Amino acid sequence: MLLNGNFYNLAEPISLLALLRQLAYKPQLVAVELNGKIVKRTDFANVIVTADDKLEIVSFVGGG
Amino acid sequence: MLTQEELTNALQKGLDAKQRQLLRQAHVAIVGLGGLGSNAAVWLARLGVGNLTLIDFDKVELSNLNRQYYFLQDVGEYKASALHKLLRQINPYGAYQIFTERLTEKNIPRLLGDAAIICEALDDAADKAMLANIILADYPEKYLVAASGIAGFDSSAKMQVRQINERFFLCGDAQSDCSKLPLCGARVGLCAAQQALTIARIILGLTDKK
Repeated sequence: MLLNGNFYNLAEPISLLALLRQLAYKPQLVAVELNGKIVKRTDFANVIVTADDKLEIVSFVGGG
Repeated sequence: MLTQEELTNALQKGLDAKQRQLLRQAHVAIVGLGGLGSNAAVWLARLGVGNLTLIDFDKVELSNLNRQYYFLQDVGEYKASALHKLLRQINPYGAYQIFTERLTEKNIPRLLGDAAIICEALDDAADKAMLANIILADYPEKYLVAASGIAGFDSSAKMQVRQINERFFLCGDAQSDCSKLPLCGARVGLCAAQQALTIARIILGLTDKK
């Protein structure tokens, strides 16, 4: 799959929430676009990511 | 007295009539008026952006003066009020709306109103992510110019503007966290200027249509 513009080897389909955890992202600090569409936070656990997908994960750090 | 035309000519020197009209008609909501929001607001006012909504529930503290566009005399005052006074000194012909309350999912329609561009300038990472998610999911017609990664003294070359999609831009270095690093006003201001420039480019129709 394509993750933030780079190839990422996804072994098998996985829920977005599980993938975020696997990649050490904190789900409450991200905004996620799957194939060009924003994924609602309430759908993180239901959405399944596959090797054909293009995923963009924006993670926020503090400071303003 | 200085006329609106004289001031516009000064603030928008070199811009054509169409560009001036776009800037005058633009409505930008700035959410969070700290180091990012206060500095971005000043740049947008200096550009003659016609409508600015300023949102922050916080008051100016002494510890803000290392990076935020406030002065000793402002300490204790609402940031939105102090900034409003300042912007009126830059461009008294702009329309400014101020809210001294916390932005929530519920009050978003009332506070953001018809602002077509949202400048995310909050402090807390979870608040930033929440606002981004709400705007992207529920207000797809609005532009979002967010910021992440402004702390420390790392090179300005690390500060970038990433266009995530047609309406979502992310400024900053995406990494440096204020809970681990000190905040240097020049670096925070750099990101605020990136946000203001990105907003100006959106208004003028100069950003990529992905």
